Amino acid sequence: MSIIVENLTKSYGPQKAIDEISFSANKGQILGFLGPNGAGKTTTMKILTCYMPQTSGTAKVCGLDVVTESFAVRQKIGYLAEHNPLYLDMYVKEYLKMVAGFHKIKNSKKRVDEMIDFTGLSREQHKKIGALSKGYRQRVGLAQAMFHDPEVLVLDEPTSGLDPNQLKEIRALIKSLGEEKTVILSTHIMQEVQMLCDRVIIIDQGKIVADDPIDSLANRVSSSSVVYVEFEDACPVNLLSDINGVDNVKKITDRKFEVYSTGSEDLRKSIFNKAVKNSKVILEMRMEDLSVEDVFQKLTNN
Amino acid sequence: MLSILKKEINSFFSSLVAYIVIAVFLIFIGAFTWVFRDTSILYFNYAGLDPLFQFAPLVFLFLIPAITMRSFSEEFQRGTMEFLFTKPLTDFQLIFGKYLANLVLVVIALIPTLIYYYSVYQLGSPKGNLDFGGIMGSYIGLFLLSAAFVAIGMFASTLTKSQVVAFILAVFLCFVMHWVFSFMAKLPMFIGTLDDIINRLGMQYHYDSMSRGLLDTRDIVYFLSIIVFFLYLSFVSLEKRKW
Repeated sequence: MSIIVENLTKSYGPQKAIDEISFSANKGQILGFLGPNGAGKTTTMKILTCYMPQTSGTAKVCGLDVVTESFAVRQKIGYLAEHNPLYLDMYVKEYLKMVAGFHKIKNSKKRVDEMIDFTGLSREQHKKIGALSKGYRQRVGLAQAMFHDPEVLVLDEPTSGLDPNQLKEIRALIKSLGEEKTVILSTHIMQEVQMLCDRVIIIDQGKIVADDPIDSLANRVSSSSVVYVEFEDACPVNLLSDINGVDNVKKITDRKFEVYSTGSEDLRKSIFNKAVKNSKVILEMRMEDLSVEDVFQKLTNN
Repeated sequence: MLSILKKEINSFFSSLVAYIVIAVFLIFIGAFTWVFRDTSILYFNYAGLDPLFQFAPLVFLFLIPAITMRSFSEEFQRGTMEFLFTKPLTDFQLIFGKYLANLVLVVIALIPTLIYYYSVYQLGSPKGNLDFGGIMGSYIGLFLLSAAFVAIGMFASTLTKSQVVAFILAVFLCFVMHWVFSFMAKLPMFIGTLDDIINRLGMQYHYDSMSRGLLDTRDIVYFLSIIVFFLYLSFVSLEKRKW
């Protein structure tokens, strides 16, 4: 286990930013942190990276306690903070050389070039950080976080404010990192979680409301399913609602319907048979999965 | 610590801060020492550098807080403190690295005034007729005084993310530490009773004593204690911000 968090609580006065949360993460795993604004994602990350200590509970990174062995933890962790704080009046190379100094890395020149290559900064390497666009600044931030080849990477909204091309590249970068390191990332973008993460933790009001592998997340909310059907010609509603196991039919147009059920059986077979029996032609029929977005809304909506 | 020192010095010289500090200091001190009729050495009847050592604390009162106000306030403001705090750096490295960088800048501003010494040495009649011991003592005193001002300014900077607040606070604290005690000692209520003790609490007493060319360990210990005290306060204040 590279990260073990147990009963972690952080209070700001009477308000609890995070409340008794526990989770763990393994090597080779990308863990997604989801939650509405102010849910406690950033607070958790700040505790893990030793920026501030918790009120109670423990957090361990690579077996090291973040409070008592903070210095060792900081050597093993790479952190990209939410707003990616950088020194805008420094040159890219100068900045990375400074980071090398902080980590006491020998042969820093070679490592700087490696990181510039790895994060795709080659074209911008002679510029001042202040002259870079947001996407490139994000790469500088990532280069800084990965500079010392840390075992654990904590990325707080690494893809916010990037254009679609940059998004794709940065995501590919993160995905490749996740193969050999432990990556924790927080995001607002649901598709990103589905695309990148192996596991999702959903936090709401300081509490973990879901901690599941991405595939089984949908089952968690409810066992209800939705089938979308489109017929060639108009079709009466009762044709569908008479089918055994159907709870509700939502008519979209004369030809298009959504069929809801709470049972576990697959309705598509019965719908097909019924349609054949009544000589109705089905043009399209698909089972709709609940997306992470739906799950998120269900879990964080009170 | 070296990497922090290097970072700070680079940032001084890549922005205008360093050049402005050095230029402003030399212009002010140069004017007081050589140009203004009331204070210029040229109108005195003996060779010495009194105006330099008399006015340098006053110029430093504003200039040093202007250097040190950036130290932590700017990092808090920009969020880069989060970057520094999550890197494997100890608080000691952070504070002492920044402290040394600020001090180096002040010393760089002071070095050109050695030319004044050479000039006065040449102007003396007969040549070289000046109080070498007094000037050496004054330089050491001025160095210790600036070192103390830098420590005070850095402490003020750890308290706030606003550079303006840090500046004003630092000016106020430096003023209190250097001047206020000797003013207080002159209040009628203290004369004859506590005036000597109050006088000794302020920096001015010790600075003046060193200017006479008398290197008293008590003066040196006094300045070192002030420096250590304010650096320690910075340390405590940084820890507080984290917790």
